[in-house]
Amino acid sequence: MSKREGITKDSGTRSNPSVELVRSEAPSELLRELVAHLRQNRTQLREEWVVRITETRLLTAMTKEEIFAEATSVYDSYVEALETEAFEALQAYARNLSERIIPRGVETHEVVGIVLLLRDVLARSLFAKYQTDFKKLNRILDAYEPAANRIANTVAVGFVQERERVIRQQQEAIRELSTPVLQVRERLLILPIIGVIDPQRARQLTEQLLRGIRTNRAKVVVIDITGVAAMDVTVANHLVQTVEASRLLGATVIVTGLSPEIAQTLVTIGVDLGKMNTVGDLQGGIEQAERLLGYKVVTLAESR
Amino acid sequence: MEVPILKQGEVLIATFQAALSDADLNHLRMGLVRQVVKFRSRAVIVDVTAMDVMDSFASRTLREIAHMIRLRGAETVIVGIQPEVAFAMVQLGLTLEGVATALDLEEGLAYLNEKFKTTN
Repeated sequence: MSKREGITKDSGTRSNPSVELVRSEAPSELLRELVAHLRQNRTQLREEWVVRITETRLLTAMTKEEIFAEATSVYDSYVEALETEAFEALQAYARNLSERIIPRGVETHEVVGIVLLLRDVLARSLFAKYQTDFKKLNRILDAYEPAANRIANTVAVGFVQERERVIRQQQEAIRELSTPVLQVRERLLILPIIGVIDPQRARQLTEQLLRGIRTNRAKVVVIDITGVAAMDVTVANHLVQTVEASRLLGATVIVTGLSPEIAQTLVTIGVDLGKMNTVGDLQGGIEQAERLLGYKVVTLAESR
Repeated sequence: MEVPILKQGEVLIATFQAALSDADLNHLRMGLVRQVVKFRSRAVIVDVTAMDVMDSFASRTLREIAHMIRLRGAETVIVGIQPEVAFAMVQLGLTLEGVATALDLEEGLAYLNEKFKTTN
């Protein structure tokens, strides 16, 4: 490996030895040297890192053995990313790691924290190694810092992306569980709503209900919102639209179980209550629906 | 585009096709009312099952048709609005207020039978 002597002299001026216009080693060579150092001192540096992690009280949800195991694979991936500059592999690794540790309750700040600690531990070891050659240290750091920062960034982003994916999945699952359209009599559907309704859920609800009306040829629908504590103006408008859309399909909607807060919201937005059929509770709603459909419920004793 | 209008007793049934132009709708408006007069119909069922989109012009025309027919003492029922179309309509604020609606032709006829029974 030949080193290029790179001090150029400007004709007529004295060259200033503390200013080098050309690097004497190519950055990739420096990176290789750095990676070799990190691999050689792997055991010691990894141990130092784990100590720092414990000191800073990160990854408290994991056992010492688990931390050690993950630390080993993170360290190796870190050094490999420095070497190959293959950040997609690192991102995939980060997502995979997140998939494992998110269910354990590990938080974003912990993951970012340990990666930054590793960056510090490795940087310190570089200071120690090149302390006699300040210029070389600077050059090594020039190669190390952008790569180390990119690694920290990649891991953090990978972790956050995985969290967001999990959250979206859970939201979808919750939404599916919570909007059943049930037929309780011929031509009578019940839609019991429980929990928080956001605009997206409201939209899904409406679509499901309209499809249900057509499939079951329903003439009356009872929408029960006893389980809904509050709704904002947007969602209240969605509810009104659901009632109107159902009417276009020939079905009458009875809304039951309005809490005082929701009643207030509806009055505030100026809903035309003439358009909305409401009854106090689900039982009352079903009874009215039955009347509308021409049913009369009698006990067996009465019917003899 | 010709819209088929069938007579079933005292009820006229008009089946709207998928892509009706504004000109078609205007033509229909007068056409339907004339038929009501000619056959002394008591009701008109407008079947929009084939319409996969309902814009504000079509919606307004349907309301106007219903009003004009009511002036002749007859009832209008719109049937066959698809779920997706209904959803889109209410989001645009097109509610067909004041016009009777039913799920499909069968329901529309059942509704009219009830109505005629009580008014006879």
